Amino acid sequence: MRTINTEQITNEVSRLWQDANFYLDKDIINVIKKKLQKEKDPRVKDALSIILNNAELARKERRPICQDTGIPIVFLEIGQDVMIKGGDLTDAVNRGIRQGTGKGSLRPSVVNCPFDRKNTNDNTPAVIHTEIVKGDKLKISVMAKGAGSENCSQTKMLLPTDGEREIEKFVLESIKLASSNPCPPIIVGLGIGGTLEKAVYLSKKALLAPLNKINPDKKIRALEENIIKKINKLKIGPNGFGGGTTVLALRIEKFPCHIASLPVAINISCHVHRHKEVIL
Amino acid sequence: MDTSKITTPINEKVIKNLNPGDKVEITGTFYIARDQAHKKLIELIKKGKKLPFPLEGQIIYYCGPTPARKGEIIGSAGPTTSKRMDPFTEILLEHGLKGTIGKGTRSKEVTNAIKKHKAVYFVTYGGAGAYLRQFITKNELVAYPELGPEAIRKITVKDFPAYVGIV
Repeated sequence: MRTINTEQITNEVSRLWQDANFYLDKDIINVIKKKLQKEKDPRVKDALSIILNNAELARKERRPICQDTGIPIVFLEIGQDVMIKGGDLTDAVNRGIRQGTGKGSLRPSVVNCPFDRKNTNDNTPAVIHTEIVKGDKLKISVMAKGAGSENCSQTKMLLPTDGEREIEKFVLESIKLASSNPCPPIIVGLGIGGTLEKAVYLSKKALLAPLNKINPDKKIRALEENIIKKINKLKIGPNGFGGGTTVLALRIEKFPCHIASLPVAINISCHVHRHKEVIL
Repeated sequence: MDTSKITTPINEKVIKNLNPGDKVEITGTFYIARDQAHKKLIELIKKGKKLPFPLEGQIIYYCGPTPARKGEIIGSAGPTTSKRMDPFTEILLEHGLKGTIGKGTRSKEVTNAIKKHKAVYFVTYGGAGAYLRQFITKNELVAYPELGPEAIRKITVKDFPAYVGIV
């Protein structure tokens, strides 16, 4: 059995939490550069240029890309042959978030309770999702999730007799309603199937995939591409300025479900799509 | 792109010349306030108490900046979603507020109130806090330090870029 110390987990979480907030992934930058070349409207071009300019400044100066440095969401894929030593795992993760928030001058954006709403001043507690998987590795993914886009997310229990058209309709209605509020161009995660909470979890996990990853399921890929096309026809665009760049990527994650159910969850991420991973 | 320069405080004469979609560069002062600060301001108004800053001709920037690092004026400071402040906006306009800056859409009620009070809503670049901080030259705490990133601040800006959203 392999041993991983909680101190190492703390250090990695602190680093990933800061890096996610400072360094926008190259795949997003590259997609935005391509979209910038295609757009004609000067306001749309201006908005996309500023996104690139901003990401470059943040990278160079090691500072938050966006002032909403997000709520920390930490995904732990724990190999069943790994033993974690050195104290409580949840504490280790939260220590990492606390350290990273201080070192990186990140904004404290988490309150202690939905009613009292007192700022915890260090972004703890993180939302932590754990999965036990095969092997002797530990994969840590840290996502910094802004509230502007999170607030535009939706879930709905469709009928089992509904199909792709109804799913598509629900997604388009939700994106229309979100309009320019989630900071387009957006990335969309769709969780389809399972139960209410499983669909929501899958919609979040769908956001972790690299932007250029192609869905191996041809039928699902066709559905993804079809919805992307239709969203971009809504002409919301960066800052709500119109044009054809509303969504940069859309991912579907699916799971078997009850004969009577068709849960669908939509999780939206802004263009400052931040997550970093490490495998220990 | 044509850009017009605006200096705060603003009045109806300045606003009359603005059209939706115009690019502007604003110089002067903004008051930073968001959710909890708005709730407190409205409570003060309802109780007939004095506000921590004058509203007349002023602009509120919906923002919650990251902490300033040592030797710096402010951290990243882009706009937050404006519509969360919709329930509080009309009463502030009634008390003299002339402008708001944020990102995203406003409700029908707020859109009508902005027009009725001859005010203006500007949108600036969502998710561009590292870029927008460059236009901020001064940053002072005004009220509610206990709110942390949600405290009311007075910032001085030079050529702060925005677009006219609703006028």
